[in-house]
Amino acid sequence: MANPHISVHNLNVFYRDHHALKDLTVELPERQITAIIGPSGCGKTTFLKSLNRLVELVEGTKISGKVLVRGLDIYHSDVDVTEIRKRIGLLSQRPHPLPMSIYDNVAFGPRLHGLKGRQELDRTVEDHLRAAGLWDEVKDRLHAPASRLSAGQQQRLCLARGLAVEPEVLLGDEPTSALDPMSAQHIERRLLDLKENYTIVIVTHILRQARRLADYVIFLYLGELVEHGPAADFFNHPQEARTRAYIRGEF
Amino acid sequence: MLTRSLKDRLASRLMFLVTFSSSLIVFLIALALYARARPILTAKPLGELIFSSSWHPLKGEFGFYPFILGTLWVTALAMIISIPLSLLTAIYLAEYASARVRGVVKPLIDLLAGIPSVVYGLWGVLAVVPLIRDYVAPLMGRSLGFIPLFSAENLTGYSVLAGSIVLALMVFPIIISVAEEVFRSVPDGLREASLALGATRWQMVKHVVIRKALPGVVAAIVLGFSRAFGETMAVLMVVGNVAMIPSSIFDPAYPLTALIANNYGEMMSIPLYDSALLGAGLFLLLMVLCFNIMARIILRRVLREEW
Repeated sequence: MANPHISVHNLNVFYRDHHALKDLTVELPERQITAIIGPSGCGKTTFLKSLNRLVELVEGTKISGKVLVRGLDIYHSDVDVTEIRKRIGLLSQRPHPLPMSIYDNVAFGPRLHGLKGRQELDRTVEDHLRAAGLWDEVKDRLHAPASRLSAGQQQRLCLARGLAVEPEVLLGDEPTSALDPMSAQHIERRLLDLKENYTIVIVTHILRQARRLADYVIFLYLGELVEHGPAADFFNHPQEARTRAYIRGEF
Repeated sequence: MLTRSLKDRLASRLMFLVTFSSSLIVFLIALALYARARPILTAKPLGELIFSSSWHPLKGEFGFYPFILGTLWVTALAMIISIPLSLLTAIYLAEYASARVRGVVKPLIDLLAGIPSVVYGLWGVLAVVPLIRDYVAPLMGRSLGFIPLFSAENLTGYSVLAGSIVLALMVFPIIISVAEEVFRSVPDGLREASLALGATRWQMVKHVVIRKALPGVVAAIVLGFSRAFGETMAVLMVVGNVAMIPSSIFDPAYPLTALIANNYGEMMSIPLYDSALLGAGLFLLLMVLCFNIMARIILRRVLREEW
């Protein structure tokens, strides 16, 4: 690949005795949407969370191999993990608004990283709520608890909150699976807009969603990388028998 | 079919009866206390009982003020000692400790809750009182003695501080285990969300976990307080039992519970004495009641902020 944003070399993840990811080597293109697909339990989420080191939170996890983000090995012992996570945002499966107001949710990340001035914060909050397509719906109640928003609005709030720390990569772990179709469509449209500025990696179990969104596809099965490639090639000319079977819905 | 629904109805009636009668007991106790305390309540004005500090049963003077203050001092200081320590412990166990550490430490802390209070009292007499007498009081008296709160004129070690330390240790396991459960019930998704934004673990705990867990933490503290108010045995063994109004943490005190436990059954021939002790019991009950109502109001206010 000409210009990979993230390159993964011989990545292995163990949860105690369970070998969850087996020797993955793959490159993820910059400013495109990469979809990670595969049946449940194949390691999709593990792979995604190994890109911002959230896998480490599970007790008894062992990781080997390298994950390079713009050439920086994020598992190197000198690397500050909070710095990595600032560069790589996450949109999780269900929205988890922090227990504070809408405004404070978006301002949370910038404040952690030292942004103080009232005006700067106001501007950041507005910009990122706009980018997430939520501004018009909440601009009159920024100081209401975030938990009062609907699930779809909460997920867009989480998107705004993630964008507000100005990451370069955005990870999404089945980011639409807990939403109604309208809200899901809203998020999908946002992601398509955002890929102009961000490298996006999403996990999805919906093949049609992968077809709609992905520029690049990675197919995992039982912790192994089966096939990966540009979306058009992947869907139209799959090389592997297992890929063809999965695309036909035989898993 | 008939027997099944019959059994169902029977079961629910029976359980209702049991529940109802156990909640009735509170009223029965309050009623009995009131009935027995009535002689003194009619003989003396309430203001004098509560605010007079002269306690001379032989002269017919029954001022509860020193005892009420004794209870408040010991309880308040115990909570000041135990709230921060037990919350930090609960946070450590819930957020930082590995499963192995938690597996060892938690049962030990739970064991603390099972130690009889008289044993705490003995340990207080053998360890806490001498420690205060020989080291803490002289040291603090010398360095901070100019502040009345720390002046060390009582040289025995039997003091408010000794009672509070022992009491704090007894409240410890209650607050820790409730608060730890509360912290662990905070969804992991919230932790991931804040860490994914680049928060450190402490920032996550401080801004997100504690905030989310706040109502439960308040409940844990209330539970601890209720225990502290009524605890008798351990406190009475180390607190000195001198009917004076403490002004320093090294002064002795005489909580209401200790007053009742030490004196009930003795010198009952003195007129109104028995009635006065039961009146002390009634005051204690009312204090706990007031505290619980206050706590409920606070809790409701915290809960109303449905973040």
